[in-house]
Amino acid sequence: MSVQNTKQKLVVIGNGMAGARTVEEILSRGGGEQYDITMFGEEPYGNYNRIMLSSVLEGSSQADDIYLNPLDWYERNNVTLHTGKRAAGILRRAKQVFDEDGKAETYDKLIIATGSRAFIPAIEGVKMLGGGFKPGVFVFRTLDDCRWISEYTAGKKSAAVIGGGLLGLEAARGLQKFGLDVHIVHRGSHLMGMQLDPGAGAILKTDMEKLGVRVHLKKDTRTILGEDRVLGLRFSDDTTLECDMIVLSAGITPNWEIAAGCGLTTQRGIVVDDQMRSPDDRDIYAVGECAEHRGEVYGLVAPLWEQAKVLADHITGRNPKAAYHGSKVATKLKVMGVEVASMGIIEPEQPEDEVVQFSEPKKGTYKKLIIREGRLVGAILLGDIGKAPYLMQAFDRNTPLPEERLRLLFDIGDPPKQITFTEMSADTQVCNCNGVSKGAIVACVNAGKRSPKAVMDSTRAGMGCGSCKSMVKDIVEWACGGDLEEDPSVHYFVPGVPLSKPDLIHAIRQHNLKSVSAVFHYLAGGKEDALSKPGLASLLKTLWKAEYEDERDARFINDRVHANIQKDGTFSVIPQIAGGITNPAQLRRIADVAEKYKVPLVKLTGGQRIDLVGVKKEDLPSVWRDLDMPSGYAYGKSYRTCKSCIGSDYCRFGLGDSISLALRIEDRFKGLDSPHKMKLATAGCPRNCSEAMVKDVGAVAVEGGKWEIYVGGAAGASVRKGDILCVVDSENDVLKFMGRFIQYYRENGKYLERTYGFIERLGIAKVRAVVVDDSEGIAERLDQDMAESVAAYRDPWKEAYMPATANQFASMLQVLP
Amino acid sequence: MTDTAMTDTAMELRVARLDAIPPGEGRTFGVLGEKLAIFRTREGRVLAVQAECPHRGGPLADGLVGGTTVICPLHGWKFDLSTGDAIMGDCGLRKYPVRVDTEGHIFISFEDAAPGAAATSD
Repeated sequence: MSVQNTKQKLVVIGNGMAGARTVEEILSRGGGEQYDITMFGEEPYGNYNRIMLSSVLEGSSQADDIYLNPLDWYERNNVTLHTGKRAAGILRRAKQVFDEDGKAETYDKLIIATGSRAFIPAIEGVKMLGGGFKPGVFVFRTLDDCRWISEYTAGKKSAAVIGGGLLGLEAARGLQKFGLDVHIVHRGSHLMGMQLDPGAGAILKTDMEKLGVRVHLKKDTRTILGEDRVLGLRFSDDTTLECDMIVLSAGITPNWEIAAGCGLTTQRGIVVDDQMRSPDDRDIYAVGECAEHRGEVYGLVAPLWEQAKVLADHITGRNPKAAYHGSKVATKLKVMGVEVASMGIIEPEQPEDEVVQFSEPKKGTYKKLIIREGRLVGAILLGDIGKAPYLMQAFDRNTPLPEERLRLLFDIGDPPKQITFTEMSADTQVCNCNGVSKGAIVACVNAGKRSPKAVMDSTRAGMGCGSCKSMVKDIVEWACGGDLEEDPSVHYFVPGVPLSKPDLIHAIRQHNLKSVSAVFHYLAGGKEDALSKPGLASLLKTLWKAEYEDERDARFINDRVHANIQKDGTFSVIPQIAGGITNPAQLRRIADVAEKYKVPLVKLTGGQRIDLVGVKKEDLPSVWRDLDMPSGYAYGKSYRTCKSCIGSDYCRFGLGDSISLALRIEDRFKGLDSPHKMKLATAGCPRNCSEAMVKDVGAVAVEGGKWEIYVGGAAGASVRKGDILCVVDSENDVLKFMGRFIQYYRENGKYLERTYGFIERLGIAKVRAVVVDDSEGIAERLDQDMAESVAAYRDPWKEAYMPATANQFASMLQVLP
Repeated sequence: MTDTAMTDTAMELRVARLDAIPPGEGRTFGVLGEKLAIFRTREGRVLAVQAECPHRGGPLADGLVGGTTVICPLHGWKFDLSTGDAIMGDCGLRKYPVRVDTEGHIFISFEDAAPGAAATSD
């Protein structure tokens, strides 16, 4: 039997954000049934989020984090992807696309999504004789650029970014993280000339300079100095600037050449009609930064998403009348921590245009609106952009503005939300991550969901990056009228058992409930709730210690296999290295294990340990046996580790023996369950090299043989300096008060509440009163409970010798028929 | 004892004993080139679905189970194992019919599982 392939062939040139998004849109309209899809991507990767490149450069994201579609996505969706292959030409008569090697791919429909490249200004000395960039000159457009830039920064002192636009500022931010002196060299008279007016630009310049970036305005670069590598810049006014490297960020140029080469109309980009189709060829479309629609070429993502949808509607026949009418451009972004929103025009253009303005340079706040016939045609917000969502909506929908202009700039009293949401059309997208419209939210409320949480759970609105949460909440409130239900579960310890933490503890003790299933049985009407299980397990273990009846299904996977799950289902293994102290024999063993199990990534962690990343589940027991080291608990909601500085043995500043203390702390508290993870550190002097002051619990040695104990510090998603709990004069007392604090937190912290949240909720005064001054008379009991918990410790990696459940470490059980 | 049974519409295959899966947990099985996740709920039900989360391929058998709900360990998509429907997420799961005999053997039927069940196109 043979299968007739009646599918048409769709070829997509370009695997950037536009190309890949368009294919996603086509697939979601059933296009996979209509077309065999082939894509050409110049870069050797899947498709990634170019907007996030600056986070990769500055190191806050890994390259892996920014993939939108990894390579296996293409396979799963039957899309053939030629990576590392540049499409070189199109032969329209034969309907073929050629790659660099002359290999042809035939198409019925073709989409050009070649994007754009960095514009290279005509500066003397930018290139070497052979045509390549002079060493030290970079552009900033791709993952490879990020890598090359970061490799080159080694040993360099200063960098200049040419171009003070949005991309230039982002590049500057990234470069700063390498410890370089960073200069921004800009031809214009103010930064971000496309989005800001001179007033806002001046404030932004001050902000940037406060952050240590030097800004040089009205500087036209003539020459790049240095014979065989970059040594500096010379400007048209003959002044010079020394620097070791240069990032060119002077704008972008659409990649239209392949279209021009086969006779399609191109101007600034590839000209398309309202269906994103070339007027010269009914079977060729263009989308994204390479396309020119009604004279506009867009360099932002929002227009690109709109174009992709129209193209997909049209090419799949889902809506043959779909038409793109151009986009209103609005951006909201954070440049080096400064929040900026900009939309529409930046200066009044007509005599009757009304300008509403507020400026407070000292605080870095600037707001300016341009209003025409009662509607918003442009706005700039800098510093305080709280009104941006409302204004962007009014701009996008062209809705009439309220008479009281002050309300447009500030929230005064009760803002008249009803006007906003009544006028907002149902198809306005509220959650941009998950594509949820106002209409979908209202429909969900009408279907009976009457709390923000219920609506978010059911629509996934607000569950992506989270930035639209407050708007989702407002819309739910508005849609409910007065009928909003407060979701009582926000007060529960876990969502599935309707009790607050004190009530829950009381009930557990009263009924003598020692397992998670017993809690569901007695306190939740027998109804199991998956999400509530780990929180209950943690609490029961804290309350019952050795008597706790462990049910493995109540644990998150990390705690079932004592390792941290990775995105591909493999695990990360971090053995205990207390205080960051190791030795050659241990390192050799770790190295042997890494080689024997072909561990793909060996990484030093922030907690002074060694992470073996990418270990297969079935290898975990033998990895632990070969390591012969205890678990470092780097996966649990538990005590994690205690970092330490060099301490007093070697360091010439050391006042206290931070290493010895760290070892004792680790030995005592290792593996303790807690509401959330706890990261600790000890520092041998107030120079605080081990960052003990920003840890959940930290100890810092001070003159006179004393230790300061810090609690509630944070330096992750939140940054907070810890509060001093007390100052003590012996290591024993450090252990005593730390233990008492941790026990108090274990009993009173909400599930998944870090110590900084706990301290801020209760107040340090209250915590100090209980833990140090024993205001409630429970100090002795806390110490006793802590001692019992410590005694119940057992190294979970011993399960390498005695698995706890059937097939505990099997990634897949093969069944032979 | 036969391990497989053929009917007009489906092939039933014995894949495991009940005690291969601890109560309240799931395990991944490779059968006939397909990967499936089989769960044994605390109430004693045995349910089988595709092994990988339709979102980013997360191993569903490693997820937390409550009642007949499973939560993917990677990004928290939620599914009802008894229907295959998504509770949080865009796309449901392929389900496989399960039978457990009196001796505690788990049988799965193949081909009968409607392939369309996994594909939605909203």
